[in-house]
Amino acid sequence: MRTVFLVAALMVSNSVLAQPIRIGELNSYKVFPAFLEPYKKGMELALEEINAAGGVNGRKLELVSRDDGGTPGDAVRVAEELLSREKADVLMGTFASNVGLAVANLANQRKVLFLASEPLTDKIVWENGNRYTFRLRPSTYMQTAMLVPQAAKLGKKRWAIVYPNYEYGQSAAASFKKLLSQAQPGIEFVAEQAPALGKIDAGAVVQALADAKPDAIFSALFAADLQKFVREGNTRGLFKNVAVVNLLGGEPEYLDPLKDETPEGWWVTGYPWSEIDTPEHKRFRDAYQKRWNDYPRVGSVVGYTSVYAIANAAKKAGSADTEKLVEALKGLQMQSPFGPITWRPIDHQSTMGAYVGQLAKKGGRGVMVNWHYADGAKFQPSDREIRALRKE
Amino acid sequence: MSGSAVLLQFLNGLSGASALFLVAAGLSLIFGVTRIVNFAHGSLYMLGMYLAVWLSARIGFWASVPLAAALVAAGGAAVEMLLLRRIYKAPELFQLLATFAVVLLVKDLALWAWGPEDTLGPRAPGFAGAVEIAGRAFPQYDLLLIGLGPLVFLLLYLLLTKTRWGILVRAATQDREMVGALGVNQKLLFTAVFMLGAGLAGLGGALVIPREPASLEIDLAVVSDAFVVVVVGGLGSIPGAFLAALLIGEIKAFCIGLGYSKITLAVEFIVMAVVLVLRPWGLLGRPQAAMRGPAALEAPLDPPSGRAVAALLALFAGLAAIPAFTTGYTLVLLTDVLVFALFAASLHFMMGPGGMASFGHAAYFGLGAYGAGVLLLRLAAPMELALALAPLFALAGALVFGWFCVRLSGVYLAMLTLAFAQIAWSIAFQWDAVTGGSNGLIGVWPAAWLASKTAFYYAALLVCAAALALLWRLVFSPFGYALRASRDSALRAEAIGIPVRAVQWAAFCVAGLFAGLAGALFAFSKGSISPETLSVPRSVEGLVMVLLGGVQTLTGPVWGAALFTWLEDSVSRGFEYWRAAIGGVILLLVLAFPRGVAGFVRERIAR
Repeated sequence: MRTVFLVAALMVSNSVLAQPIRIGELNSYKVFPAFLEPYKKGMELALEEINAAGGVNGRKLELVSRDDGGTPGDAVRVAEELLSREKADVLMGTFASNVGLAVANLANQRKVLFLASEPLTDKIVWENGNRYTFRLRPSTYMQTAMLVPQAAKLGKKRWAIVYPNYEYGQSAAASFKKLLSQAQPGIEFVAEQAPALGKIDAGAVVQALADAKPDAIFSALFAADLQKFVREGNTRGLFKNVAVVNLLGGEPEYLDPLKDETPEGWWVTGYPWSEIDTPEHKRFRDAYQKRWNDYPRVGSVVGYTSVYAIANAAKKAGSADTEKLVEALKGLQMQSPFGPITWRPIDHQSTMGAYVGQLAKKGGRGVMVNWHYADGAKFQPSDREIRALRKE
Repeated sequence: MSGSAVLLQFLNGLSGASALFLVAAGLSLIFGVTRIVNFAHGSLYMLGMYLAVWLSARIGFWASVPLAAALVAAGGAAVEMLLLRRIYKAPELFQLLATFAVVLLVKDLALWAWGPEDTLGPRAPGFAGAVEIAGRAFPQYDLLLIGLGPLVFLLLYLLLTKTRWGILVRAATQDREMVGALGVNQKLLFTAVFMLGAGLAGLGGALVIPREPASLEIDLAVVSDAFVVVVVGGLGSIPGAFLAALLIGEIKAFCIGLGYSKITLAVEFIVMAVVLVLRPWGLLGRPQAAMRGPAALEAPLDPPSGRAVAALLALFAGLAAIPAFTTGYTLVLLTDVLVFALFAASLHFMMGPGGMASFGHAAYFGLGAYGAGVLLLRLAAPMELALALAPLFALAGALVFGWFCVRLSGVYLAMLTLAFAQIAWSIAFQWDAVTGGSNGLIGVWPAAWLASKTAFYYAALLVCAAALALLWRLVFSPFGYALRASRDSALRAEAIGIPVRAVQWAAFCVAGLFAGLAGALFAFSKGSISPETLSVPRSVEGLVMVLLGGVQTLTGPVWGAALFTWLEDSVSRGFEYWRAAIGGVILLLVLAFPRGVAGFVRERIAR
């Protein structure tokens, strides 16, 4: 009887000590499933690895995942639910910029750590940055800046621009114009097309771009818009003798659907998953393929690294207390499938980079060639500019 | 633009117009005969796309097109026979709720069957390349489409004018009761028309796969485009739809050609607003014949009995006691319910007693929300003042939009409200300096003393209860009776000296004002606002809430809002296919309670 008591007492005290750390995760799974299903697989892989290795500080890591409905209003409600009903210690996730900004704003109000894994908007770490929000992926500005050296090397004078008409596309276009004009004075921007997201009238847009007779095109199109643009452009011969630079064009999520119509020679940011043979990436790729019997996409890397970031921060902080986590994440250095990354104290942006390369066709599908890794730390405005934007 | 550029953009416009006409024609036919606002038309189109993509990998593109169209036609017939046939007698617009449920079901069906990735179809064999026109490459397939649109138009025209069946269809478009009275089998006619319309949607979807990837988001995008074409052309008029498709296709192509691509966000809605203001029944439409039969007669609305008032007061007291038991998520959810209840009730004020359905009520919700944000962030007003003044933004919008809208009636009125809402949305979406563009306004939090969940819940409860009481009181004021008189018989109301239009305009403004109040509360409860607060899905949610609760009841919309918000919250957590689950629940409710949930309860009590 006494031993039973003792065991029971031990179990109770043990369970109090080893209360799991709960990650409240929310994302627009129904609106952007192509990106977010691999993301979810990446998260789960990281979770299994961490818990198999004994968790964090002796505590298991738990993931509570929710669909945020794809709108800021619903996302805020879901985040509240994760915090008050599910007792989440940290918030993580979101895809679209407006949803990410709304949840970041809530995190600041409720004083809880929010790791924005996917939104690309510059504002989430700059104009609307706050103490409790950190962002993993390279921002629109960073990825545009990574492409500018390649664009300048092309030595083209007449540039046309095409982008989806919302904040991501607008700020990509603005950053590209500013940075390329600095890198290569005397260039001209001869046409600008901003079709509505997901509703590009590709025939008319391709025609209008061709009419401007550009030497080169900068595009920030992705997903369905990119597919339509590529097919119309190929049919109408737009890309003959015109260089193209396309943000995000090499990400498997957007490249794979192009199949044998992949336009060759375009400069893109992306993820050549089959060719990166660094030890850290090989380990990740093998584990991912073994676990899911599928190849990793960018989303997989983002989900995987986000969970590890929280685990590492909790390990460094020695607790799941919000304020300690915030201090721990600032300046945290960690390993990712893309190599070592640092969480910048100045704006809470991670230095995770992207791969810059050219598109090519190989066996009826698109691949990236001539690629190199662009380290996110190198593609940032000056600290002074950032402080001005963050109003600090 | 050079001469050859003009020619090429003209051709681009023509091929766009053909694709648009194919979906719009089916929608126009269906509406003309059955009077059903078929929200699921875009879903049928999407189904056609997915089927064609899937089939063309197996049996080739050209064989897949007719087969996909036939399969979609069969699916349309099934929807008509199993679902819509049961609810033709329900109040007008109630079928809209049923088709909305179909939208949700089809979307998840497509996700389940074909996965989440956007898939582009193959190039059409024989039409894969380009021909040279004026020194430029033009896709052969676009030329084919340019020919196909008019061909389908011609065939439809012949079918409708030269065959006995076509004459019956046209007769039913004008006066379906009379056709029924003359001994024509209406059931068969309706099923056949629905099948033909669905088949056209499927054909349109199948034909477009070499140009456009099949995606899960296409359904609502297409149905709103198709509605615009149908309404601009005149409901039920096939030549009108053709003309409207041409007009909109060309305007879009030339906006892009001339470098005004940003305006394509709302250009078709601007066209629709202009056309409807100038020609209230569209380009080639005719005034609708008055509805006869049970659907046209509304039972008079009785003032709530003493017992009903007591029950509502008890409910209010119960809600006020909730923070004593929990201060957690329940309060967040209940705040949402309260805000949407007020939003739905404001829409109901113009839909029920006013008889003016709105497809764009989110405009006023959004204007209120943006009003609050702009006052707080841009003009540095204190939060309490911002909350008090924000509804005036919505009122201003309603004053302007309403002035035009009350000159129309029925679906035309509803579509004009949609047009204004879309124009307001595109302005909010692009006016970075004031509205924050697509990201919206961030940091719209209540004042410190209202910042806790409990405090804000009490604020929302008080404001919403007071607003609801005022709205319901208005329904039974002389103004409310005049409003119902104007709805039931504009002619007789006019004769006894009621200024019908002025009364309707005032009702429109009241509805806008209260929606704006709900929007302002919403903004402060979320801390941020983005353009989705005035987008089409928000308007549709409002409609669904009102219809779920029951249009011709007083408190129905409040229950509808509570049910829908709770359903969305609980189901989206539990199931992966939660959209389909919500669709299924709505379908069950539609079939079980064709007068709405509250309408059903009222009938049971009356019995």
